[in-house]
Amino acid sequence: MAMTPHPEIAADFGSSGTLLAPPDVAGGPQAGEKPRSMFKRGWEVFAENRLALVGLGFVIFVLLFSFVGPMIYKTQQVSVTLADAYCTPSAQHLLGCDNLGYDVVGRLMQGGQSSLEVGLAAAFISCLFGSIYGAVSGFAGGLVDAFMMRIVDAVLSIPFIFVLIILAVLFHPSRLAFIGFIAATYWPQPARLVRGETLSLRTREYVAAVKVAGGRSSRAVLRHIMPNAIGTIIVQATFAVADAIIILSSLGFLGFGVQLPQTDWGSMLSQGLSFLTLGYWWLIYPAGIIIILTVVAFNFIGDALRDAFETRLQRR
Amino acid sequence: MAPLLDISDLRTEIRLRQGVVHAVDGVTLQVEPGETVGIVGESGCGKTMTALSIMNLLPGGGSIVGGSIKLDGQELSTLSEEAMRHIRGNEIGMIFQDPLTSLNPTMTIGKQISEVVSLHRDVSKEQAMDRAAEVLDLVGIPRVRERIKEYPHQFSGGMRQRVMIAMALACEPKLLIADEPTTALDVTIQKQILELIDGLRLRLGMSVILVTHDLGVIAGRADRVAVMYAGKIAELTDTETLYARPRHPYTEALFQALPDKAAEAGERLYSIPGLPPDLVNPPKGCRFAARCRYVTDRCRDEEPMLTGEVPGHEYRCFFPVGPSERRQNGRVVDYNETVLEAALPGPGIGAELLKVDHLVKDYPVTRGAVLQRKVGSLSAVADVNFSIRSGETFGLVGESGCGKSTIGKLVVGLEKPTSGVIDFEGRDLAKSSGKEYRRERRNIQLMFQDSYASLDPRMRAGTLLREPLVIQGIGTKQEQLARVGEMLDKVGLPRSAADRYPHEFSGGQRQRLGFARALMLNPQLIVADEPVSALDVSIQAQVLNMMKELQRDLGLTYLFISHDLGVVRYLSEKIGVMYLGKLVEIGPAEEVYLRPAHPYTRGLLDSAPVADPVAERAKVNEGVTGELPSAIHPPSGCRFRTRCPKAQAICADVEPPMAPFAGKDHFAACHFPLEIPVGAPVSDDARSVPLQ
Repeated sequence: MAMTPHPEIAADFGSSGTLLAPPDVAGGPQAGEKPRSMFKRGWEVFAENRLALVGLGFVIFVLLFSFVGPMIYKTQQVSVTLADAYCTPSAQHLLGCDNLGYDVVGRLMQGGQSSLEVGLAAAFISCLFGSIYGAVSGFAGGLVDAFMMRIVDAVLSIPFIFVLIILAVLFHPSRLAFIGFIAATYWPQPARLVRGETLSLRTREYVAAVKVAGGRSSRAVLRHIMPNAIGTIIVQATFAVADAIIILSSLGFLGFGVQLPQTDWGSMLSQGLSFLTLGYWWLIYPAGIIIILTVVAFNFIGDALRDAFETRLQRR
Repeated sequence: MAPLLDISDLRTEIRLRQGVVHAVDGVTLQVEPGETVGIVGESGCGKTMTALSIMNLLPGGGSIVGGSIKLDGQELSTLSEEAMRHIRGNEIGMIFQDPLTSLNPTMTIGKQISEVVSLHRDVSKEQAMDRAAEVLDLVGIPRVRERIKEYPHQFSGGMRQRVMIAMALACEPKLLIADEPTTALDVTIQKQILELIDGLRLRLGMSVILVTHDLGVIAGRADRVAVMYAGKIAELTDTETLYARPRHPYTEALFQALPDKAAEAGERLYSIPGLPPDLVNPPKGCRFAARCRYVTDRCRDEEPMLTGEVPGHEYRCFFPVGPSERRQNGRVVDYNETVLEAALPGPGIGAELLKVDHLVKDYPVTRGAVLQRKVGSLSAVADVNFSIRSGETFGLVGESGCGKSTIGKLVVGLEKPTSGVIDFEGRDLAKSSGKEYRRERRNIQLMFQDSYASLDPRMRAGTLLREPLVIQGIGTKQEQLARVGEMLDKVGLPRSAADRYPHEFSGGQRQRLGFARALMLNPQLIVADEPVSALDVSIQAQVLNMMKELQRDLGLTYLFISHDLGVVRYLSEKIGVMYLGKLVEIGPAEEVYLRPAHPYTRGLLDSAPVADPVAERAKVNEGVTGELPSAIHPPSGCRFRTRCPKAQAICADVEPPMAPFAGKDHFAACHFPLEIPVGAPVSDDARSVPLQ
């Protein structure tokens, strides 16, 4: 939205030279236009991405479905009702029942609670810890950085799914334990990313400008490096949610998910697969589709957030 | 003779999110065989898009929507991609601004050139490689047979540009398009490359289109010049006529914005007001109307055609400039109007403010990732002495890598010197640390080269300007905000700018913002590191004028660092010339310019292109030959000896001391200076006073 200077004003400058009011002002901010906040502009870029809006809509739907849904669509999810086992979809059981007689829709809600809780919490914890770790490592530099990054390399070299399986076998874990396990294996990823970002940010000229004004490095980190790295962190966190849901689903699929009568989407899919040849489609597709859609939705949101945090893409 | 290239009414558009940019809007241009045509204009005027349209290499969303491009009678704009591939590199060669990104870093240069040859010629691998060696020899790469097996990163910037030229010439094209071929290079290398292109044009009988923003580069090289503005050709004529009698007000304004000429008269620069128009919705009428000082209502309503009274000189203006026409139109414009307060009173020069004494900065060169070991040291600044008095502007010039920016960083305290004293008002800055150091920062501030990189993109302008006050704990919030408003007024930005983010400003405005931030703490000394080198000529003039005015109003002292001799001369009272970490000459600006004593200063002056075809063509000296040696192993004795035309045995053994020359405070370090040193014993040795 570059503005062309008003002809009279420009002509006036032409004849009087440019003393205090340089005319190139006309090309930039206009006095009448109200400045918009960073958030609002970011949202505009985000909203331009249709897929992201669909993704956001789906995530909100899944959250409502899992946490508000059970209050409206009431099902029995505690004890086994063998009489209802394998019942086909009907008005009473919209998506039929599973091998233990649990209503599948109710099961999806139950599983959604586990998957989303574990996914969001594990992503939050791993990104929080990983970001701080990475920022400290990147800003300190030198030997500290080298040492901290070797620890990250060591953690990354452990085949995490293998470790998770062992832990799941040993402990019969609760949701809380899963959150801890997944966060403990996932943090090196945000740590590496944020370290890289910090390394490049701390050599920026605006960080030098703080030094020139006599500022301390704490100011440079808190006021300049962190706000500029926050975009990277949030984007990484979004992808981390998707990854954590997949990790939990993989564990569930392998038979090491949360304990009955609780469930998660991966465990549901795993059980359904045993009846693949019997034509009980409602035990496979709903769980499989909801995993895929949720993960894809989070990835769409992550992509759009990356654009939204890129200042240069924000409308002028 | 039929023109080699015939562009008529070319229209190129680029589709973007905000709309369609009419990047090239009806350009008609002919290039005769063997001719050099210059296309000149500010950034965004469509000169590069014109060049890319010829090659059909438009960026994403770009397409030619009208007109024709004929090469030797063959229409190019409608050619299939397949057929166009045969034209590119074969009939038309192209060189770009940045030779590093245009070369593939994973391939040897020999392979890259022979690849071009085999694409267009039915030859064996060996023959293609022979051809590669041949053209590399042609562009002056030494020891071709060895270097042909090397990778691009093993070449210096200037050598890489030579490789690019060799690649463009490998198939003997009829037309060479050079898009800003020297913008990324130092003046000394620039001169070498321009001379090479010129020489090859004559030898190979090809035509050249030279695209540049630099009027000086065009002056000595082009036969004809097209001045572009907002996607259209504003003026088109032969070089001599254009520089002697420009008719379009835009061309005239461009010349007046150049600091070279104004420096002699001490005038303020004419700065073209405003910015070029938005090419998504170009204004109706003359595109320059909004910035033109001779504008009338007719200009705003009706678009002038590209016509001229004399054949061979066309311009797009109803009221062309030139004294006689101006009077006929009844619009006598007094040129001096803009220059009325020209005779800016020289700022009061006071006592010595900054004294740099035996300043040395070495950077360790290390190897290994975790356990780094020192394998050498890079001598960035070696034993530099100078002083700046308050109210004075001290200009520091030199090629890139000469240590001028390092001195800036040392003075503002971003780096600590290895040894030496930086005396500021009697206190040694090199020794201060902690709290004292942070307080000292108030007095010396830095103005960055890249205003975009130096302003935090996540902070509003107001917060950015307030930050130095917050850091230093000066004033209450209200007082700080009041000072922000006051400072925005001073640098000529509206107060509403405080609520804006840096990316919402234009380049010139951001540089004003950067300057305002530097002024927030009321510093006595401002170190300005290449503050205008990223700006277009007209915007550069606005910023330079502002700096000069505020120096007068606030009594500022500047340490002005630049590679551009014209800019430094315009602004500075005193100049220091640096070469490879050493200060080789220092003295009053006029003395150094008119009577340089050091051969390097002379070479720099000869290399800098002048926007005057007569002067440019009359140059006989070849400037500085060769390339800057490594600062890790600087030459013994005089560091300039490897490139000096006067070097003798003594230069390698004994480092020349600073000697005084005629004129106040004029010193140079050379065994064989170009001027006679003051108090030099005449009988000493005849060779020390060579006749020049």
